[in-house]
Amino acid sequence: MKRKIDLRHFPGFLPLTSLCLFLLYAPLIIVMVYSFNDSLSITRWEGVSLRWYVEVFSGDEAAKFRIAAFNSLTIAAMAAIAATTIATAAATAMNRAGHFRGRTFSFALINLPIMVPEIVIAVATLIFFSSIGFKTGYLSILIAHIVFCIPFAYLPIAARMQSIDHQYEQVAMDLYATRWQAFRYILLPLMTPGIISGFLLAFIISMDDFIITNFVKGAGIETLPTAIFGAVKRGIQPNIMAISTLLLVVSIIFVTLSWMVGRMGKKSK
Amino acid sequence: MAGNFSGKTKANNSIYAGSGTWLMMPSWLMIGFFLLIPVGIMLVYSFLTKEFRGGVIWEFSLAAYDQFFFYRGLFGDEPPTIEWTYIGIFWRSIWQAGLATILCLLIGFPTAWFIATRGGKNRAIWLFLITIPYWVNLLIRTISMKFLIRDNGPFNEFLLSLGVINEPIHMINTNFAVQLGLFYSYLPFMVLPIYASVERYNFSLSEAAADLYATQWVTLQKVILPVVKPGIIAGCILVFIPSLGAFLAPDLLGGAKNFMIGSLIEEQFKGNAGNWPFGAAASMILLSMVLVALLYYAREQSKSEAG
Repeated sequence: MKRKIDLRHFPGFLPLTSLCLFLLYAPLIIVMVYSFNDSLSITRWEGVSLRWYVEVFSGDEAAKFRIAAFNSLTIAAMAAIAATTIATAAATAMNRAGHFRGRTFSFALINLPIMVPEIVIAVATLIFFSSIGFKTGYLSILIAHIVFCIPFAYLPIAARMQSIDHQYEQVAMDLYATRWQAFRYILLPLMTPGIISGFLLAFIISMDDFIITNFVKGAGIETLPTAIFGAVKRGIQPNIMAISTLLLVVSIIFVTLSWMVGRMGKKSK
Repeated sequence: MAGNFSGKTKANNSIYAGSGTWLMMPSWLMIGFFLLIPVGIMLVYSFLTKEFRGGVIWEFSLAAYDQFFFYRGLFGDEPPTIEWTYIGIFWRSIWQAGLATILCLLIGFPTAWFIATRGGKNRAIWLFLITIPYWVNLLIRTISMKFLIRDNGPFNEFLLSLGVINEPIHMINTNFAVQLGLFYSYLPFMVLPIYASVERYNFSLSEAAADLYATQWVTLQKVILPVVKPGIIAGCILVFIPSLGAFLAPDLLGGAKNFMIGSLIEEQFKGNAGNWPFGAAASMILLSMVLVALLYYAREQSKSEAG
């Protein structure tokens, strides 16, 4: 029997969803559009041009942004690799190693970087490096990034590992595989989609970070967000919109990649 | 979140039994050494004497907390009265974060529900659309909002050209702009956990309610909301905590007059104030407030798991 009313449907929810998406996208789309504006003033529209993109790559500030982009990318890549490795080990311990001392505590500890507000992490890390006399710079940024990337890498990896049946590895070990072989040839390949998602999420979280980086970077080194923030403090220039649009495109590529990996994971399950 | 992973260990999920400690070691070292110990040192710093222009003198002092709560006159010799400046900043942060949470919930719940009740491919596309802003750089998103709502920004230009208004609406550097920024920044954080909850919702509950002549709104109120409550609380926590300590939205959209906790703390380390013990004390107070929120969250989660 078919019901007269659809229980899933609530009047007004479609308009609210549309409003939600409109609010989320309108500012981004407007910045994208204005980044192609052929005008010195950021407000008046004077036709389409790529001049601000040319400016980003060859203008006065090009060198500064190139170095900042290099720092951001290398830090994000290293932090994501380190965090993904650490998180994979942690997920294996939490899901596959039965009970061990400090297991409950470990769970809280891994999630700590998500639970503590960013500004508090920033202050604590700055004070820590200062109190042990560690010179702030590239390395201090990298260490801080690894720490707060761990929980973001952990979540997709642990979720994936939970969905993999223990029997696969059990069978391998019944056939005389060592624990390492079971891990390396059975669990790890099955884990791949989760590990890639974790890596991508950690990478983007590291690229995204402003507050903690701003505190622990020290003088003379910039990442893209701190360089952009510094420029915006002097007023929004059109080249900032071009950089923003480029970063936006990078983010969209990353979500799409992560999305495709996720689908791959679902199919292979 | 906690409930998913800390479940009881089954007999057969201990293939790597005995290696747990070793596998966990890197996480303990990294987070313990570079986050847990630093928070401890920060607590110590909040009880030290300030060095002018940053840093501390290793002498015990309650000056930071005293400065936070009490006013003792320009020269510090008057009888103490309550200092409202910083309490005011914290209070503003709490209601800004609270309001942002409520607004995100009002828009986020219908959105999450709508997406979770789409079929197959459509649902994937809607979810994808919500996920993109979640991944986009927060700084870029805040700058976009700043650009949009400036006095001569596209929003005002658009309304002016329509003739709806005669002069630009002034929004930038107001509490309203900060609120808009917080709401906009953390809206996806509300949608995703609620979505996850609604997706698991069993619609035979709604059918049972309908069979018993409940109207749709009664079903929503009495059946659906209690069932998806863990997702709602998770969403609220994910919006409230980062809003409370937010720095970018109040700094870029609010300006100097609409300080929130984040800007107050930042000023002690990066800005002109240069008072490290005071910054550490303000961070400790913020952290305690977050812990209270998290404990409330943990209690509610365990209650809804039990009942």
